[in-house]
Amino acid sequence: MLAEIGLISLTIAFIFSLYATFASVYGGWRGRLLWVESARNAALLVVPLLTIPVIVIVYSLYTFDFSLAYVYDVSSRAMSPFLRVAALWGGQQGSVLFWAWLMAAFVGIVLLRKWDRDRELMPYVIFVSMLTTTFFVGVVLFITNPFMRLWHIEGAAELTQALFQPLTSMPYLPEDGNGLNPLLRHFGMIGHPPTTYLGFTGFVIPFAFAMAALITGQSRRDEWILTTRRWTLFAWIFLSIGLILGGRWAYDVLGWGGFWGWDPVENAMLMPWLTGTAFLHSVMMTEKRGMMKKWNMALIILTYSLSLFGTFITRTGVISSVHAFAKTALGPAFFAFIGFTFLGSLTILYLRWDTLKSEHSLESFISREAAFVLQNMLFLAVTFAVFWGTVFPLISELVTGTKITVGPPYFQRVTGPLFFALVLLMGIAPLVAWRKQAARTLGKAIWFPFAASLGIAAIWGASHRMHPASIFGLWLVAFVLSAILAEFWKGVQARRTTRNENPFTALFNLIGRNHRRYGGYIIHLGVVLIATGVIGDAYFKQETQGTISQGEVLSVGGYQLEFRELLGYPGSDGRQIVEAVTSLSQDGPIIRELTPRRDYFVVQEQPVTVPGVYSTPGVDVYVMLIGWDDLGTSATFKIYVNSLINWVWIGGIVMILGTMIATWSNPARRETTYVLKPEVLTSQP
Amino acid sequence: MQNMKRKFILLLSIILASFFAVSVVSAQDGQPGDPTDNDVIRVAKQLYCPVCPNTPLDVCETKACEDWRAQIRDQLSQGWTDQQIIDYFVTQYGERVLAEPQRKGFTSLVWFLPLVVVLIGIGIVFEILKSWRKQKTVTTAASPAPEISKDLLEKIEREIRELG
Repeated sequence: MLAEIGLISLTIAFIFSLYATFASVYGGWRGRLLWVESARNAALLVVPLLTIPVIVIVYSLYTFDFSLAYVYDVSSRAMSPFLRVAALWGGQQGSVLFWAWLMAAFVGIVLLRKWDRDRELMPYVIFVSMLTTTFFVGVVLFITNPFMRLWHIEGAAELTQALFQPLTSMPYLPEDGNGLNPLLRHFGMIGHPPTTYLGFTGFVIPFAFAMAALITGQSRRDEWILTTRRWTLFAWIFLSIGLILGGRWAYDVLGWGGFWGWDPVENAMLMPWLTGTAFLHSVMMTEKRGMMKKWNMALIILTYSLSLFGTFITRTGVISSVHAFAKTALGPAFFAFIGFTFLGSLTILYLRWDTLKSEHSLESFISREAAFVLQNMLFLAVTFAVFWGTVFPLISELVTGTKITVGPPYFQRVTGPLFFALVLLMGIAPLVAWRKQAARTLGKAIWFPFAASLGIAAIWGASHRMHPASIFGLWLVAFVLSAILAEFWKGVQARRTTRNENPFTALFNLIGRNHRRYGGYIIHLGVVLIATGVIGDAYFKQETQGTISQGEVLSVGGYQLEFRELLGYPGSDGRQIVEAVTSLSQDGPIIRELTPRRDYFVVQEQPVTVPGVYSTPGVDVYVMLIGWDDLGTSATFKIYVNSLINWVWIGGIVMILGTMIATWSNPARRETTYVLKPEVLTSQP
Repeated sequence: MQNMKRKFILLLSIILASFFAVSVVSAQDGQPGDPTDNDVIRVAKQLYCPVCPNTPLDVCETKACEDWRAQIRDQLSQGWTDQQIIDYFVTQYGERVLAEPQRKGFTSLVWFLPLVVVLIGIGIVFEILKSWRKQKTVTTAASPAPEISKDLLEKIEREIRELG
């Protein structure tokens, strides 16, 4: 009964969003406000209409309604209530529904909040965003419907999935479900997927406004950028959080001691993040200088198309095998829609090319403007390298018939130098003034961070004779770090001398008065910390594997692991646990007892490795139980000594903090924030 | 003094021992012996699981991969070099087992094209900056032109007054 209500609601939602799409574009085209208002109401109604199927699915997952094929697939009696609810996005059907619902909700919020302000753009904002929503709701309804039931047709060996009872069939009600993939049964399930989806879907808002601005010719004014600035940051920070949580989850669960494996699914998420970051920066150029308007358009089109592409890769598995493409109608449908979105928006951009002229010209090659162009190009180059490496196996298979793998060595070697250049630019560019900068004053601003970082790198290099690239990398992060901190120092000093404030008040007011600028610096600080963690992971990782008997010791990187005993016991969620009790010591005294585990999920016949980790700001000792002999007298361990890895997570938190400061609403100054301010042009050092 | 000397000897022996350890490891390369887990991992790291999608062979959990790792161990103990084992895997299971794509044939495109794109990108950046410099002043409504004309207006008015 409930499932039928969900299905009916879903169908009405589809009809309404289809109606909203066409009514809005008709109203906008003919200038009929009534049609636009009607489209708006329909679009707003889609939100509750999609909420009903979401609630029905969650309720069915929670109450084990195994007559639904989706519930049978991802829920089981052994799973905790928390996981049963999170299973909403644990499989294809549910996650596409969740996606459509999020997108509809975003559109709804925008229609409520911006309705009065951006009347001219609204018809086309509704058109573009509801077109995408219609596509996703259509996919849920017609291709991966979560309300399919299981039926047993007489004489058939396998069960049939269908919405309505096929002829000569009996409804089939399984005793228990398969449950989520054991790897997904983790606390990370509540963080990574929803934040990623929020990031992916959030970009629909700036995209819809950009398209609306182009269609109406309003792109001459840059209103759309101002309207969607917060939305862009919102989508961007959630995508960032999704990336970091995904890395953390992989580190905790996948059992290979790392957080980023350059897997196609990971790359699919990184690409819109890269172009989105470039977009965030080029938008600043438009706000401050009225330049790079064409870039903004191209970048938001690219970002949004890559978000769709990311969903496409994740949901169809097309990269690992071409054959996954046409298995369901999902692959071709997605492919056609991405192509339509991408080419369609490029065509609109081409037709409106002349509305996007630069308002100022470049005065010097040493200027913030030049730095912005360079960084955008670097971001695009990294995006291309990642894209190319991700799709190349597919191209190779189609062209030559040979399957190949493009693994981490390719990505490290190709994107490494580009990322290096980007981080370096992040240190220098904020010191470069808008319009033009005399080389001498730039030198003045840069010499101290430069000298300090050289000193740090030299001392460190002398004491740790490691790979030369590692010393170079540490110099880089030290340089950028001190350059950013020097900016804060200068600001605080200025306030102290002119206003007589104590350092803490000065810092507080400095950030408060110019929260966009200093929020941005704090985000940069987070990026540097993440870069530090990545460098640690790339150059200082040590690992060993060995089999030891009880009382014996395995050592690596100055740490010793002693194997004491092996325990076996049943755990929750239908798993059998084998746990090794070990003690970790560092040249003598025991510092921590570690219990690396191996959880065997009996029904799924799948083992999951749960590492024992000793974590400090400098180093993580990550111990995995690989195997054991039958008596439990000896066991095989793998130990990773991961230097600096914690700075990746710390950097992530700093980034979130910086974004919160940058988007902080300042009611008093709200109206003037977006106006081209003469003082912005001159206030830089 | 005696203590210092003893410490020095200790230090020296540690250093020597570490050199020796290094030479032992390199001597194992390509010579029959008892390969350790770390030797197997060193080779497996450069390979991908031939059957599962996108899983490096050194961390792959499947039974098949366990067997392949055992095979690498056998081959190492028979005195195969790392490269011989890798080549063997490529002939057996195809190019897809290589973590690092080859630099020959069609596959070399994967390395080559990003480089070309970066070079083109640098060229484009330069061209954009140059073209921006050329278009001297594109005056539009939003440029802060009014301020200048106001000053100019005042100046002209003053001059007119002075003339008069």
